[in-house]
Amino acid sequence: MDKTINQKAWFLVLPVFAVVAFSAILPLMTVVNYSMQDTFGNNQFFWNGVGWFKELLDPSTDLGGRFLASLGRNLLFSAIILSIEVPLGIVVALSMPREGWSVAVCLVILALPLLIPWNVVGTIWQIFGRPDIGLLGYTLNSLGFDYNYVSNEFDAWATVIVMDVWHWTSLVALLCYAGLKSIPDAYYQAAQIDGASRWAVFKAIQLPKMNRVLLIAVLLRFMDSFMIYTEPFVVTGGGPGNSTTFVSIELVKIALGQFDLGKAAALSLVYNLIILIVCWVFYTVMTNAGAECPAKQGGA
Amino acid sequence: MARIDLVDLAHSYGGNDAAPESFALKPVTMTWRQGGAYALLGPSGCGKTTLLNLISGIVTPSRGKILFDGADITPLSTQKRNIAQVFQFPVIYDTMTVGQNLAFPLQNRGVPKAEVEARVRQIADLLDLTFYLDRKATRLTADAKQKISLGRGLVRSDVAAVLFDEPLTVIDPELKWQLRSKLKALHRELDLTMIYVTHDQTEALTFADTVVVMHDGRVVQSGTPAELFDKPAHTFVGYFIGSPGMNIVPAVVSGHEARIDGHIIGLHRNYGVLPAGAKIEVGVRPEFVNIAAPASGLLSATIERIDDLGRARFARVRVGDAKFAARVPPGFSVPDNMVGLVFDPAHVHVYADSRLVEGVA
Repeated sequence: MDKTINQKAWFLVLPVFAVVAFSAILPLMTVVNYSMQDTFGNNQFFWNGVGWFKELLDPSTDLGGRFLASLGRNLLFSAIILSIEVPLGIVVALSMPREGWSVAVCLVILALPLLIPWNVVGTIWQIFGRPDIGLLGYTLNSLGFDYNYVSNEFDAWATVIVMDVWHWTSLVALLCYAGLKSIPDAYYQAAQIDGASRWAVFKAIQLPKMNRVLLIAVLLRFMDSFMIYTEPFVVTGGGPGNSTTFVSIELVKIALGQFDLGKAAALSLVYNLIILIVCWVFYTVMTNAGAECPAKQGGA
Repeated sequence: MARIDLVDLAHSYGGNDAAPESFALKPVTMTWRQGGAYALLGPSGCGKTTLLNLISGIVTPSRGKILFDGADITPLSTQKRNIAQVFQFPVIYDTMTVGQNLAFPLQNRGVPKAEVEARVRQIADLLDLTFYLDRKATRLTADAKQKISLGRGLVRSDVAAVLFDEPLTVIDPELKWQLRSKLKALHRELDLTMIYVTHDQTEALTFADTVVVMHDGRVVQSGTPAELFDKPAHTFVGYFIGSPGMNIVPAVVSGHEARIDGHIIGLHRNYGVLPAGAKIEVGVRPEFVNIAAPASGLLSATIERIDDLGRARFARVRVGDAKFAARVPPGFSVPDNMVGLVFDPAHVHVYADSRLVEGVA
């Protein structure tokens, strides 16, 4: 069969190419360009080679110290919220009704926090936690707890974490619920007949069937929490001190506060690279997990 | 190990107040004896799966009782009923090996380890699964998975009954034969009561000693395959079992004679008093109607087509408005249009409102 060559297809690809070039490739190249230079006022640029990258990875310099410290805080934050949100999301999904009108009610209530814009979430919790007028802060203080997220590092962390759990556990729960709903009734009936306990049903049926959605949930929550900016910035502004300054907050400080475009560009490239690598690792793990159970038998 | 009695058992998915005609299972009373191999046969939606789920406790009956060895177990949960059930589609515990899958029902009931191992070995042997025992169950083919499901159903030696809900649906035809005879052999070996739900008459007739035919939520006949074939108690049984199904045609019956389309056929028995106002039909299996050259004294019919089934040929003919299937005797060359029908009077049955009427000899 003769292949027809039709060059018109280029016209269809070209607009996409143009959009991607202007929205992604050109800005990225600009950042790469900045990361190799030092900026002064009046648009003066000086070549700095890989200097910023060397500094970034060297904790003894100012840039490196700030980057690595905030990276550490970020990883700790992600680890904490994952270890809370994933089990909690599973528990919530398991305790949701399987049918009836209450399903819709539960779904709406769960979806509510997900619909609130980030900075509004931050504002809600910033006010909620204030010791003078906030319901939470005032109550805790009148109960005798010396709670103040502005001055106490632990309180600041606790507030940011509880806020994230409040905001995002729903996402994990909804994903798990979808996974649970896809389990055919025959599995539960078979488990009943096999005399399985509640725990055995969870371990042998529900958890394995939720496997894939859980991987997606962990991936989404990790990426999101690793890039978190708005909520902690609104609540604590990165403080007290630098205790809740995450990488993105540090990045904004360097880029817009100090106007050190070279340093900021180098930092954002490394930041981006870390996210890409984590994405790739997750993707590989997920596709491998998928390859382990090929050709799901259609059970209806 | 138990005798199972159903006492006035009925179920409606719309609750007990639903109209009697809408019940998925209309009241049934019957006994399943210990060690029997039963088949529940009927078309989709006839209530056979409902009946099975009532026995296993997945569904709680709207009315009536279920007795195991005389003890009422109706209120008991599935776990406490001591029943095994195999479903239409394979149910596999993904994270476990084949061996762990088979051991699962025993472990949950705290059976000692040595006993579990011995029993798992025995069942794996019977089902040819020994080779796979240490493999993950998820990677196997659909038939192997269904064998594991069967194995989990059979692994407990103390169950009151093993229930099969169309377990061979997902299996390839050639393997179906093997597995069915395997089940039959297992039944002999393990001495378990087995109840097998299917809509496939071949499956039912080859597996079971007693076939229970269901239609529209009712048990219409329960008997050996031979009984179902020779003496269907209901026109539905006649038509559903056998290939082609029974010929059922309206007739006027009196004494030893049935009149079809103005022609008189002799009957083996005497039908004196038939229920007044009932719809009277005669039924005869195609195997007991031969076609012959047209002759006086024979019911004459028009040939529509000939079906060659390999082992036998059947002619589809028409008598007035009624359609007949009739056997073509070996070596008989079929004339173009008109033939005569020769009936075997011993196998002509009379039905009043679809139910068999017993004549007097």
